[in-house]
Amino acid sequence: MSKQIIYLDNAATTKLDETVLEAMMPFFKESYGNPSSIHQKGLEAYDAVEQARKHIADSIQASPQEIYFTSGGSEANNFALKGIAFANKEKGKHIITTKIEHKSILDACKWLEQQGFEVTYLDVDEQGFVSPKAVEQAIRKDTILVSVIHGNNEIGTIQNLKAIGVICAKNNVYLHSDACQSYMKTPISVTQQALSAVSLNAHKLHGPKGIGALYIRKGTKIEALIHGGGQEKGMRGGTENVPLIAGFGQAIKSYKKTHNKHMQELRDTLINGVLNTISGVRLNGPQGEQRLVNNINFSFQAIEGEAIGGLLDHKYICSSTGSACSSASLDASYVLKAIGLSHEQANGSLRLSLSKYTTYEDIKKVLKELPPIVTKLRKISPFGTQVDPKTTKTTKE
Amino acid sequence: MVLKYSKVTLSKFMDPQHVGEMPDADGVGEEGNFKCGDVMKIFIKIKEDKIEKIRFQTYGCVAAIASTEMMCSMVEGMSVEEAKKVTPQTISQRLEDVPPIKHHCSILGTYALQKAIEDAQKKENKK
Repeated sequence: MSKQIIYLDNAATTKLDETVLEAMMPFFKESYGNPSSIHQKGLEAYDAVEQARKHIADSIQASPQEIYFTSGGSEANNFALKGIAFANKEKGKHIITTKIEHKSILDACKWLEQQGFEVTYLDVDEQGFVSPKAVEQAIRKDTILVSVIHGNNEIGTIQNLKAIGVICAKNNVYLHSDACQSYMKTPISVTQQALSAVSLNAHKLHGPKGIGALYIRKGTKIEALIHGGGQEKGMRGGTENVPLIAGFGQAIKSYKKTHNKHMQELRDTLINGVLNTISGVRLNGPQGEQRLVNNINFSFQAIEGEAIGGLLDHKYICSSTGSACSSASLDASYVLKAIGLSHEQANGSLRLSLSKYTTYEDIKKVLKELPPIVTKLRKISPFGTQVDPKTTKTTKE
Repeated sequence: MVLKYSKVTLSKFMDPQHVGEMPDADGVGEEGNFKCGDVMKIFIKIKEDKIEKIRFQTYGCVAAIASTEMMCSMVEGMSVEEAKKVTPQTISQRLEDVPPIKHHCSILGTYALQKAIEDAQKKENKK
């Protein structure tokens, strides 16, 4: 029998909910119609898509007509940025974003720069917050779009979209937010936060991979990214992925606020447990309400993140790191660098991200296994003795 | 990015036998790579032209720790001349299928060893 895995990499992806799988199955099997077909098989598929669309719209206080399905968060981000940029280029060519966006935003911006657009990448403070005032100061006459990630995937920082929304509305500039990590974990209201566009996806919420959505406020000028076929009112060509859309809708329908309370308690137990039992450790990102309920990110002095992850994996605990050694480019996390961490601090980082399935027993296990792992690696490291020595206390049972 | 390590690499990483400092070392060599952030320190004791004892300290990833451990286990007991000839390729081969992006870890290890040997020889010449 395989050992029970403690999966704490939910910021990367999550386990599929059973009800989501049940909701998807009919559309892989007998309800295989194309929603654009005019017969009953088509109508069955069409109804499923529209039902999911309504669940998603309701969850962000939007109307269903404003929800456009995509293949995921990255496509939604590309759609938002490139679509708004090209539709509004006569008005202006300046875009504002931040240095801690997801790569799909940053790389789309880099591409737009090559097409003649100008992008301002705003700094963040040491907890990852972008100042609404900085957004205001960066806005120019030719600014057409501000894009700010709602909840950061690495350090959990939740931005003040309401304040940024007020500034953008005042200056007649579109506001887009990548909400793939924050969706359902913290409130999103397209009206209260004055959002013009929001990227969403399913697989961070126990839904399937390969499906997302872009909310586009009615009246927003935006070009389609994927042409052809006329689906999604001509804004996103391609036969709708009915099973995945059904799964997405069910994931949203079955997500409860109590999950967030549960994760927040476990998150804080884990954060406090580590800070109280391990020396030479730093929490990256804010504490409390302005942090994503499931996100934990530490830097450990004198040791390297991939090695920590390797030893945790040996104990059946799945985690992630922002270290250079774990990236294809051998670059340490740009998010950690953006909040002012040194190369060494970024290299010694460990990210743990919880889900509704995480239990108190899981947290206890991490608190039991992590201190000796840190001690072991510090014994191996030439810098281990430079860490402020403190007796590691065992956690209370 | 997928980092698939062999069983050999993982076992060297999990259970290194040559970790430690050597206050009475004959030679010490340190090598670092800022790009990946690995730093390796090698301590050697030489007796009758042989690497009698070798120890290491490594700040780095799975491959970095495994590479230095593998190098030390290969080199301990070798003559100094044989030890000088150990290449990063040999270390990688013994580790079986090191991901290409991690080959530099083996290179760092051999540099640190060379420096330790040079250090020992310098100190010997001064006597």
